[in-house]
Amino acid sequence: MNGPFVRGLAEVGVAGAAGAAGAADAVGAAGAAGAAGAAGAAGAAGAADLGGGKAAGLGELIRAGIPVPPGYVVTAPAFGRMLAAVDPSGSLADAVASLDPGDLPAIGRVAAGVRSRIVSAAVPAEVAAQVTEAYEELGGPVAAVAVRSSATMEDSAGASFAGLQDTYLAVRGAAKVLDAVRRCWASLYNDESVAYRRRLRLPEDGLAMGVVVQRMLRPRAAGVMFTRSPVTGDRSVVAIEGTWGLGSALVSGEVTPDSFTVSKVTGEITGRRTGAKLRLHSFRPNEPGICASAMPIALRGLPCLTDDEARALAAVGRRVEEHYGVPQDIEWALLGDDPACPPMHGDAADRIRVLQSRPETVWAAREQAPLATPKPRASDHILAWLEKPL
Amino acid sequence: MDGTDDAPRFPLPSEIADAPGAEDWRSMYPYFTRFQPEDDQRFWFYNSMHFPEPMPAFDTITAEVPYSAIGANTARVFVFPTTLGIEHRIINGRVYITAIPVLDDAEIGRRAAIFGERASYYYENWDSLYEGWKVRMRALIDEIESVTVPSLPEFEDASVVFSSTGVAQNHFVRENFHRCIDLFSRMWHHHTEMLMLGYGAYVVFFQFCKQAWPEISDQTAARMVAGIDVIMYRPDDELRGLARLAVETGVDDLFTEGCSPSLVLSALAERGEGGKRWLAAFEEAREPWFNVSTGDGFYHHHRSWADDLTVPFTALPRYVAQVRSGTLAARPTEELRAERERIASEYRSLLSSSEEQTAFDQMLGLCRRVFPFVEDHKFYCEHWFTSQFFGKIREFGALLARFGVLAEAEDVFQLHHTEVDQALSDVMLAWAAGGPPLGAAHWQPIVASRKKMLAAMKEWSPPPALGPVPTALNDPAVRMLWGVTQERIEAWLSPSLDEIRGFGASSGVVEGPARVLTDVNQIGEIRDGEILVCPVTAPSWAPVFGKIKAAVSDIGGSMSHAAIVAREYGMPAVVGTGDATKRISTGQRIRVDGDRGTVQVIE
Repeated sequence: MNGPFVRGLAEVGVAGAAGAAGAADAVGAAGAAGAAGAAGAAGAAGAADLGGGKAAGLGELIRAGIPVPPGYVVTAPAFGRMLAAVDPSGSLADAVASLDPGDLPAIGRVAAGVRSRIVSAAVPAEVAAQVTEAYEELGGPVAAVAVRSSATMEDSAGASFAGLQDTYLAVRGAAKVLDAVRRCWASLYNDESVAYRRRLRLPEDGLAMGVVVQRMLRPRAAGVMFTRSPVTGDRSVVAIEGTWGLGSALVSGEVTPDSFTVSKVTGEITGRRTGAKLRLHSFRPNEPGICASAMPIALRGLPCLTDDEARALAAVGRRVEEHYGVPQDIEWALLGDDPACPPMHGDAADRIRVLQSRPETVWAAREQAPLATPKPRASDHILAWLEKPL
Repeated sequence: MDGTDDAPRFPLPSEIADAPGAEDWRSMYPYFTRFQPEDDQRFWFYNSMHFPEPMPAFDTITAEVPYSAIGANTARVFVFPTTLGIEHRIINGRVYITAIPVLDDAEIGRRAAIFGERASYYYENWDSLYEGWKVRMRALIDEIESVTVPSLPEFEDASVVFSSTGVAQNHFVRENFHRCIDLFSRMWHHHTEMLMLGYGAYVVFFQFCKQAWPEISDQTAARMVAGIDVIMYRPDDELRGLARLAVETGVDDLFTEGCSPSLVLSALAERGEGGKRWLAAFEEAREPWFNVSTGDGFYHHHRSWADDLTVPFTALPRYVAQVRSGTLAARPTEELRAERERIASEYRSLLSSSEEQTAFDQMLGLCRRVFPFVEDHKFYCEHWFTSQFFGKIREFGALLARFGVLAEAEDVFQLHHTEVDQALSDVMLAWAAGGPPLGAAHWQPIVASRKKMLAAMKEWSPPPALGPVPTALNDPAVRMLWGVTQERIEAWLSPSLDEIRGFGASSGVVEGPARVLTDVNQIGEIRDGEILVCPVTAPSWAPVFGKIKAAVSDIGGSMSHAAIVAREYGMPAVVGTGDATKRISTGQRIRVDGDRGTVQVIE
């Protein structure tokens, strides 16, 4: 499926352990590709430049042996070709670049103009042909796919906000896929993204974006996990949240998810709470789009994971964390039968797919004083404790 | 409880009504165990861990003497900076306790200077001090075993004349009885001499773990410390050895479910060389390993294996069957050790600096240093010594019964030790004068009334705590040993109706039929796959763990016997529920959640 405009996900993996964060940082400092050193244009920064942070992250996961749904990335050069077609003289880019970050009405007006130009223009023929070919190779002419933006800009703040908005699930048919790709491209000109770039005075030329297209999963359950406790920062546990069906119901806040806390060391489940999962996002192979419906009553109070599944998820989370060397924030899905059926036979580990992994940022940013320092004698620790009022 | 004008509180001691049918309970206990009007101002909690049943009058010695020793060691000997000792009171037969904290900063500082010097001497010389401790404890055990109870025959032994010892044996009735009480007191002083310091090491390590990994469970922290070769497993290991030997020597056919110990033993004597070998091994194992109490050493009626062979003989047939089928595995000590090291090193690797890692190593190292004492002292003190102690008191009871003061030997436990003193004086005088003792008319009605009151008080449900909710919990022992934390107090204030809460001691969730046992002598009733619900477990319960699916106990913490054994068997356990044996009945289906520390009755 490879051409200049389309690459398999495995080929955009970032060499080295810096991960998505590293890749995003390198690209954030625009033009830093050369500074990435020995890896050169095809190395770390290059890979992220080619497909964007999300694609690079997925590629790296694949190379680390983590199961990721099959897919490809519509590369930055494809976006460049599209932008060249839409804005041949660069006047649109100039108009955006000269916006005052404080002038939100103007930002809104100009950004909307750019977006409408992108979504209404035809995708350049060469790009369209490669995207279509890759799509059909992935699962045939009517396969359902997920189309997600993969910004080459830093995967944070405005950009990640935009990224959240620009996921299209259960897209079917090459024409619909091309349409979703265009919308992802246009999301680079969301008001928030533009305002963000203007505030940081980031350049508008050389702006690029990848779009990830992956085979649509039909998960039994899905959700997120942190490889440290989001509440206490505890690094010895994996905190899992999940719901029946697609994770979009959880990400969008429509359900109170089930939560599990799993010890990384012993595999024990040290915390569990069953949420009131009132809504179900599902996807049926023969119906268009995502179906959001009331959660069947029998499933509402039923935990969406067995203990074994929770443990298997935690083990995958641990592998991802070990690969990157820092705690991760991971989106996951668990394949299987309909939620209403009893859990599938077979190893839970084989049914896990990782949709995305990002470094955990909240606790990472907190400086912590050492909890204890060595003392001359071991017993001094006890004396010190017993000598202070409790 | 009215939340509108008053701060939340527990019932006050003065508000507690006498248990119906036991209105005269105060006459059973010494005046210094009674709640005073000003005690209403203080927080007290029911020490269900050590005293899960109403106290027979004699057995109050297991509160009186230990609290006398604990306080002496914390307040006066080692001068703990933030705590003095523990006060205890009895109400409706139940023991409530509270610690007296030191709150004044200057006072804490003054005490800390003395404490540092004294405590560090023990910590730094722990291993050699513990070796010396064992020697002293063995000497105490030898001494209690050698105490004789005079038989008071018609004529004194001739040696008193011909060796001119000059002291008749009625004198030794009192002297030897006092010797028993004095030795019991000495034993408890030695017991608390090292224990409070040992717990200090635990508390500090556990606290560090909680700070470093806020979600770590006590049980996981305990697994990094737990010793592998602890004496506690020895009695059970001995039984396994005897089961192997029975098969090897071809006498295994005698060990059948429900077999009678005395019949088996007499049959073995008829079984030639094999039977002889087995009996020899049995005698060897028996002393000292059968000196394990079926309880925790706080009640006279918790007999030892040596007193009541039913317990080991309930386990033997099952072990024998396992030897035959080749399924009797030895404890996988190497694997357990490797797993303990793996857990500790993985947690260690999660620490963010080498400084923290070194501090962690120091704290864990100290915990492991004190662990053998903390774990093994129970065998020496509560089991071995205490079994002998109650046995001697029972012999004095037999003397009193022989002289007609008591109806039977066992009734001696219905008298406080100072009352036993009086009854013995009565016998000493009667033997000397040649007339009958006067005690029968005096003591026997008292004994009968006390037995009735004990039965009545058993029906009373003691509140978990009394008095105001404390603003701060200052005593390390209260937190470590009894698990009384702010969280626990909150739970006591709002008891959950359909859920029984305790400490998750071993993880996992299972459902199954409950088997409620109040006495270890009932362990023969347990069927495979049942969930054991019991007041407390001690080493002598070990044989049942091979049969059950989960364990629930009224009392105990994450380092308690049930917790340690359950973790080793990999079965869920919830300990310290307070009243699971009252709220669950045999046959009910229950769900035990060893992660959350809860038990639910399903049907």
